[in-house]
Amino acid sequence: MLATDLIYSFAGVALFALGLRAALLHRTLLGRVLSINICGAGIFLVFVALAYRGHDLAPDAVPHALVLTGIVVAVSATALALALGRRLHEAGDE
Amino acid sequence: MNNLLIWPIMLPLLAALAAVILPAQVNRIGITAGLASLVAVVLLLSRVATEGPLLLALGGWTPGLGIALRADALSVSLILMVSLVALAAGIYATGYFAKQDDRARFWPLWLLLVSALHALLLSADLFNIYVTLELLGITAVALAAIKAERDAVEAALRYLVVGLLGSLMFLAGVALIYARYGTLDMIALGDSMQPEPAAWVALALMSTGLLIKCALFPLHFWLPPAHANAPAPVSAALSALVVKAAFYLVARFWLDLFDGVVTVDAARLLGLLGAAAVLWGSWQALRAQRLKLLAAYSTVAQLGYLFLFLPLLVMMPPGTARDTAFGALVLLAITHGFAKSALFLSIGVIQQRAGHDRIAELGGTARRLPVTTFTLALAGVALIGLPPSGTFLAKWELLSSAFAAGEWLWVAVVALGSVLAAAYTFRVLGHAFGPGEGVAHVLAWRREELPSLVLALIATVVLGLGAAYVWQFVAPGAFAAEVL
Repeated sequence: MLATDLIYSFAGVALFALGLRAALLHRTLLGRVLSINICGAGIFLVFVALAYRGHDLAPDAVPHALVLTGIVVAVSATALALALGRRLHEAGDE
Repeated sequence: MNNLLIWPIMLPLLAALAAVILPAQVNRIGITAGLASLVAVVLLLSRVATEGPLLLALGGWTPGLGIALRADALSVSLILMVSLVALAAGIYATGYFAKQDDRARFWPLWLLLVSALHALLLSADLFNIYVTLELLGITAVALAAIKAERDAVEAALRYLVVGLLGSLMFLAGVALIYARYGTLDMIALGDSMQPEPAAWVALALMSTGLLIKCALFPLHFWLPPAHANAPAPVSAALSALVVKAAFYLVARFWLDLFDGVVTVDAARLLGLLGAAAVLWGSWQALRAQRLKLLAAYSTVAQLGYLFLFLPLLVMMPPGTARDTAFGALVLLAITHGFAKSALFLSIGVIQQRAGHDRIAELGGTARRLPVTTFTLALAGVALIGLPPSGTFLAKWELLSSAFAAGEWLWVAVVALGSVLAAAYTFRVLGHAFGPGEGVAHVLAWRREELPSLVLALIATVVLGLGAAYVWQFVAPGAFAAEVL
């Protein structure tokens, strides 16, 4: 029986690998952006699992703070990618 | 007071906000902020020169929970390069962007880019480095797409996606480091790092991410279109500064933070990729039809030279020889920064005057734009590595280290790369001095030609003749840093 935090860590690593693979294989912009977000979510899951210090102790706050910052960065980057993609789409229509 | 460390980051950041609020005053705000942050950097440099590395725990929170900023000789010399190049390119940009709208879009992003670069170079915390890498990537992409032309947006989008993948790999390495060592503070990590699987995998992930960002062959494919389609001042910053920041991290990790973890064979692999980059980049630069593409491929090649130093530095035992070789690496990186930005700015002058940057149609440029042609030649001198440029001394040192270590392959690569660099430089000059009416108006002297000339003179003359100061400043403290 695996420890709970290890299950989450492995799930995170699996998500990271799946996202990375998809980001490299996808040709469409939307597919790539989604894959990158899944990849990032995998790393965030690992960080969240890292914060676990046993049932009786409060979780480590540092990885949580890192994940929050990471999510802000990921959302901004996704927004920029979508904005550029839209501009490219509009330029293609002319 | 170590509070001096925050000013190179805060001044451009505050100015970026001011530039958003007051779009009519952007030129004045941008130049003032550039000058002010240059003053802060010079003060910081003189403090580091007299007192050694400086450390600042932000908000009084001790590292571990808080984030530390740290300035040492390596980071401060690169910050000085960033400030000077950014100021010169910014002055050039005041004339380059004729429309008020373009300026209002350009300056906030530009100032954020400078702030991110300074923050990255001053960070002593791995997660903070990830954040600054992302800030740098996002502002760089936005700047590259600022003209909203189809090619530029397409290249910028690819730049963004590739950069994000790089950052995520870096972040995965950071997660692994935190899982194993429980801290992200680089000074604490330097003491506890062991050669073990966790450290190897983390270094591999972080390095792969960074190699994508510094466009080491064969991960360079995104660089030429992104750098060649951006507006001239932006290309200058991307090629001279942004890739250099990623290389700074590679050097910091391989030579300092992970110095007990890296192996000579792994460093040799990076050296081999660097050698391939030198040859492939120079060859593509020689075949390029457009000046900006030539300059972009030349960046691929010049970054390759920096990676040739890594196997030699990892092999060398600590001592004077290693310090000297390390000084040469810094000198090469800085000289390339000035030379490449000068090259891109002078290409910008030609492109605006001639309406194109096709190398075959440059005839008459030397007659119409003598100063810019002179700048191109000076930048070429620094790219080839002719005396008195800083590159000459750095390559000399690289060659003698390679001779001393019996690493003949690197010697052959440097020689061949220099010949190819000479070939692509003289190909451009040959066309520029040829007959033709490439540039429409006869111009004696233009204000816009000055920033690139100053940058090229710094690369060829100042860094060549003043190289001893760079060595004295950077070399001795380079590896004593962990003592702190």
